[in-house]
Amino acid sequence: MSNIYYLPSHEYIRVEGAEGYVGISEYAASQLGVVTYVDTPEEGDTFAAGEDFGAVESRKAASDLFMPVDAEVLEVNDELVDNPRLLNNAPLEAWILKVRIEDPSQLDGLMDQKAYDEFVAAQQH
Amino acid sequence: MNRKLYDKLIFELSRPGRHGADLPSYNYSHSACTLPEGLLRETAPELPEVDEPTVVRHYTNSSTNNFGVDTGFYPLGSCTMKYNPKVDEAAVADAAVENLHPAQPADSVQGALKIYRTLEKALAEVGGMAEFSLNPFAGAHGEYTGLMVIRRYFLGKGDETRTRVLVPDSAHGTNPASAAMAGFEVVEVKSLADGTVDIDDLAGKLDSTVAALMMTNPNTVGMFEKGIPQIASLVHDAGALLYYDGANLNPMLGIARPGDMGFDVMHINLHKTFATPHGGGGPGAGPVGVRAGLEQYLPNPRVVEDAEGKLTVECGNEAFGRVSSWLGNYTVYIKALAYILTMGAEGLAWVGPLATLNANYVKESLKDLYLLPIDGPCKHEFVFDGLIDKSGGVTTLNVAKRLLDYGFHAPTIYFPLLFHESLMVEPTETESPETLDAFIEAMRAIAHEAKENPEFVKNAPYDTPVSHPDEDKAALEPCLTYAELMEPR
Amino acid sequence: MNSHRYLPHTGEDIARMLRCCGVTAVDDLYADVPPQLRLAKGYDLPQGMSEPELRGYFAALGRLNREMACFAGAGFYRHYTPSAVTSILSRSEFATAYTPYQPEISQGTLQYIFEYQSMMCALTGMEVSNASIYDGATATAEAVNMAVASARRRKRVLLSATVAPAVAQVLATYASGAGIVIEVIPEDRGTTSIPEMEKMLGAGDVAAVVLSQPNYYGIVEDYSGVADKIHAAKALMILNSHASPLGVLRTPAEWGADIACGEAQSLGMPLNYGGPGLGYLCCRKSLMRKLPGRVVGATTDREGRRCFVLTLQAREQHIRRQKATSNICSNQGIMTLHAAAYLSLMGAEGLRKVNELSSAAAHSLAEGLVATGAFALRYPERPFLNEFVLDIAAPLTADEVIASAAAAGIVAGVKLDGSSILVAATEMCTPEDINRYVELFKPARK
Repeated sequence: MSNIYYLPSHEYIRVEGAEGYVGISEYAASQLGVVTYVDTPEEGDTFAAGEDFGAVESRKAASDLFMPVDAEVLEVNDELVDNPRLLNNAPLEAWILKVRIEDPSQLDGLMDQKAYDEFVAAQQH
Repeated sequence: MNRKLYDKLIFELSRPGRHGADLPSYNYSHSACTLPEGLLRETAPELPEVDEPTVVRHYTNSSTNNFGVDTGFYPLGSCTMKYNPKVDEAAVADAAVENLHPAQPADSVQGALKIYRTLEKALAEVGGMAEFSLNPFAGAHGEYTGLMVIRRYFLGKGDETRTRVLVPDSAHGTNPASAAMAGFEVVEVKSLADGTVDIDDLAGKLDSTVAALMMTNPNTVGMFEKGIPQIASLVHDAGALLYYDGANLNPMLGIARPGDMGFDVMHINLHKTFATPHGGGGPGAGPVGVRAGLEQYLPNPRVVEDAEGKLTVECGNEAFGRVSSWLGNYTVYIKALAYILTMGAEGLAWVGPLATLNANYVKESLKDLYLLPIDGPCKHEFVFDGLIDKSGGVTTLNVAKRLLDYGFHAPTIYFPLLFHESLMVEPTETESPETLDAFIEAMRAIAHEAKENPEFVKNAPYDTPVSHPDEDKAALEPCLTYAELMEPR
Repeated sequence: MNSHRYLPHTGEDIARMLRCCGVTAVDDLYADVPPQLRLAKGYDLPQGMSEPELRGYFAALGRLNREMACFAGAGFYRHYTPSAVTSILSRSEFATAYTPYQPEISQGTLQYIFEYQSMMCALTGMEVSNASIYDGATATAEAVNMAVASARRRKRVLLSATVAPAVAQVLATYASGAGIVIEVIPEDRGTTSIPEMEKMLGAGDVAAVVLSQPNYYGIVEDYSGVADKIHAAKALMILNSHASPLGVLRTPAEWGADIACGEAQSLGMPLNYGGPGLGYLCCRKSLMRKLPGRVVGATTDREGRRCFVLTLQAREQHIRRQKATSNICSNQGIMTLHAAAYLSLMGAEGLRKVNELSSAAAHSLAEGLVATGAFALRYPERPFLNEFVLDIAAPLTADEVIASAAAAGIVAGVKLDGSSILVAATEMCTPEDINRYVELFKPARK
C-alpha cells in the first residue's frame, strides 16, 4: 500500500485522489484497551495539520487524535459511534474521517508504510 | 460491612398510593396559584411511592454494602482518610446554623460569621499565609480559585504575557485541568528518578510567559521537595508565583508551613487534613490562602470585620470574581474548626510526625516483598511499583482487590503515573500500630499467595457483595437511570 | 507525648515503630526538610479543648445566631427536612466513605447516586444526570463550558438578564478563564426579551443561551417556541431551575432545553447559612460525553448480579488532565443521598403538595402585603409560584423593611435595590408567620 501515510502519533491517512481517509494504525489499536467511544468532529469542520480533531476513549484512558494534513471533514464514520470496537478489530478499514486534502504536498512530510514500520519497531525496543 | 449484596433500588420498592412524608394542612388566605396549563408539566415525575419505614430500611441495608473509615482501615494514597470525629457533627448542631438563610441580616448571623473568620485565621496560621477565602467547595475548586487569583494579580499589574502554568508530571490530574479552566496553557515539568522536580528542566522552562508553578509538597510519591528554597527563588526571580496544592499538607502539620517555604497561594482540602467526612465524594471544602499583598484578589463574597468587631459579608472591587453563590459548604467549616480546636496547637503538631511515622513503618515492613522504587524516608505516603516477584503475573490491581477480602480498603492504584504498577499507601496518623500490623500481615500474605497460587489472587475478591463488575460493558452501553434499566435491550 | 484521643500511639509504640524504621527519633524522618523552613515555635493556636468545652464553645457561637421566620429565597429555600433523611445521612458507612472507586465495596454509594441520577432525570425530563456539581451557579458554569466544548469554535453565550446575579457572576468568572464571551439578553417587564434574544442569535457564533425557570424574580416564564429559535441558530438551550418547582412546572425537556442545571437545595436540604447545597447537571444523551464530573452506570458482575460502577471516566481530569471537560473531582457527594431520600419520601405527590403550599403561602403573603399599601407587586401581570418582587412605597426603604421585620423575628426577603425586595415563602411559613409579617406594615389605626 503506497497510498498510506502515518504520523508519529499513529494516525494514518489513506489517500484516494484529492480525498483521504483518516484513522489509527494497527499498532495504535493494539495498544489501546477496548475502545468505548470515538469523539469526532462534524462534517464541514476544518483542521490544520497537527491539530487535534477528536479522541479515542477506552474505559480508563483517552488518546487525542491529530490531523495528518490540512483538511476539511467530508464525512464521519457513523458506524464507529454505534460500534467503537470496530477500531480494535480492523483499524485500517474502520476509518474515522473522510477528508478533503487541502495541500497534497504536506503528505511528503509524513512517514510511508516502510518508514512507519521501522518507527514502530524502534519504539518497541 | 455486608458480604451479601443488598441489591434493590428504591424504585423497585414502590407501590402506587404509598407515601413517606406528611405535610401541614395550613389554611392560607389565598389558595395555591393556578398557573396557566402551558407552564405546568404534562405528567407527574416518575418518583418512587414508598412509606417511611421502607425508605429507612432500604438505605440502611444499602449502607451495609459500603466501606467507610468507620468500617475499617482505608490506606488510600493522596486521600488522607483519617478518622472523622463524631463531636464535630455535634458542633454543627450546637452552632445553630441549620435554619440560617445566607441572605439574612448580618447582625443575626454573627455566630456563623465568627466561625468563618476564626477558621480563616487558624488556616492562615497553619498555612503561613496572610488570609484565606473559605468559599471554594472542593480541592479542585480551590486550585481553580487560586489560579484565578494569580491571573487577576498579573492582569492587575498590566502583565498580559503570563499565559502559562508549569505543572510537574507527577501532579494530581486536577492541577493541569484547573490551570486549563483558568485559561492557562499547561507546561509539564519533568521529575527526577526520586520523583522530585527536575530543577534544571524547571529553570529551562521559566520565563516571562510563566504565571505560576503548581506544586504539592510532599509530592505525589510522598517525598519532600528538598529543593524548595531554590525552586522558590527561581520562580520568584522569573517574576512568577508559586502555588501550593494542599492535598498533601497532612505530614507538614507541626513541621513546616507552605508560606515559609515560599509559596504565594495555596489551597487546603478540609476533607483531608482537617478530618471532615468525605461523604462518598463530598461535600468537601477547598479554602484558598494567599500571602500578604494578594488578599484583595480573593473571590467575592468576603467576610469582613469592622472596627467594633462586627462581621459583615461584602464584595470587593479587586476580587477576580465569584466562585460560589454564597459562602461555600458552611457545615464543613464548622467540622474543620471543631477538629482544630479539639487538637489544639500541640495535638496538631503531632499529626504530621505520626502520619509520617505510620507510613514509614508500613513501608519498611513490606519493602522486602513489594518493589520500592524510591528508597529513603517518605512522608505521609509512599508508592510501591507492584510486587517484587512478578513471576506469577499478579498485578497491582489484583493485590488491591485481594486486600478487600482481608477487610481493608484498597490503596490508590495506578497513580502516580511515574510507575507502571503504582500502589500508593497513606495510613494517616489515626491508625494504631495494631491496625497497621494487621494490614502488613495481609499484604505479606497476598505476596505469598501471588507466588503460590497467582490465579487465586487474580480472581479476587471473593468476600465482597459483588465481584469483577463488567466496566467495559458499563462504558460501551451506558445505562445511567432506572428508566433506561427498564428498557428492553 | 501527651496522648490525644484521636491518636492511638503510646510512647512505647513510637519507640518500637522508630526501631523498625531504623531511626531514633521522629525528627529523623524529616531530615530532608531544610532547617530554616522548620516551624520554629508551635502554632499560635489555643490549647486543645475537651468535648464538653468544645460543645460549650459552639453553643455560645450558636447563641449569636438568630433563627427567624424565613421569607428569603434567591435560590436557597427553607423547606422541611424529614427526620428520616437526617437519620439516613448519618449512617457512617455512607458519610465516612471516599469516592466509590472500588465498586466491590461501594455499592451503597453507587446505588444511591444511580437513584439520584434517575430522579433528577425524572424531574428535568432529561436522559442523563451526573453525580453532582458544587452548587447551582457552578453547575450552570459547567453547563456553559459543556455547550462551548460541543460547539467547538463558537464562543458567544447569551445569558438572560432574569438569571440570578450570583449565577451570572460565577458564569462571568468561569467564562473569563475559558475565553467565552457572555452577552446579556435584556429583560422585558421581568421576563427574557425573546425578540432581543433572536436579534442576538442572528449575529451568529452563539454556542448556548442560558435562561432560568422560575427566574430570579420568581416569575414562571413562557418559553414556548424559544428552543426552536435557539436550535435554528445551532446553539444549545441551557435552563437553570431550582429543583423543587420541577415537581410541578413544565420540565426543561418539555421546553426543549438541551441542558438542565441548577441548585437542588430546595429538595429539603437545611439552609445551613448557604451550604452544602447541591448543584445538579442533566442533559440529553447526545451530550453525555461532554458531561463533566462523575457518572454512575449499571452493569453486571461476573456472577451476573446487577451492580453499579463509575463510568465514562475517560472524560475526567484524572485521565484527561488539562483536556478534561472539567477539573471537578470531589463533588457534593452525600447531598445526592439527601436528594434521593427526600424525593423517595415525598414522591411526586408530596412534591406537588410542597409546591402548592409554598405557592399558597406566597400568594397569601403577597396579597396581604400589597393590601397594607406599603408595597406593590413589581410584575403584577406575570405568574409566579412561590417568590415575587415587591416595590416599596416611599418614604419606606428596603433597609427599613428588612430591619423592622428582623426586629420582629422575620427575614423579610432579599434586598434587590433601595426600594424593592425579593420575597419567597414555603410550607415552613405558617399562616401566623404571614400574618405577623403583614401586621408589621399595616398602617397604624388611629
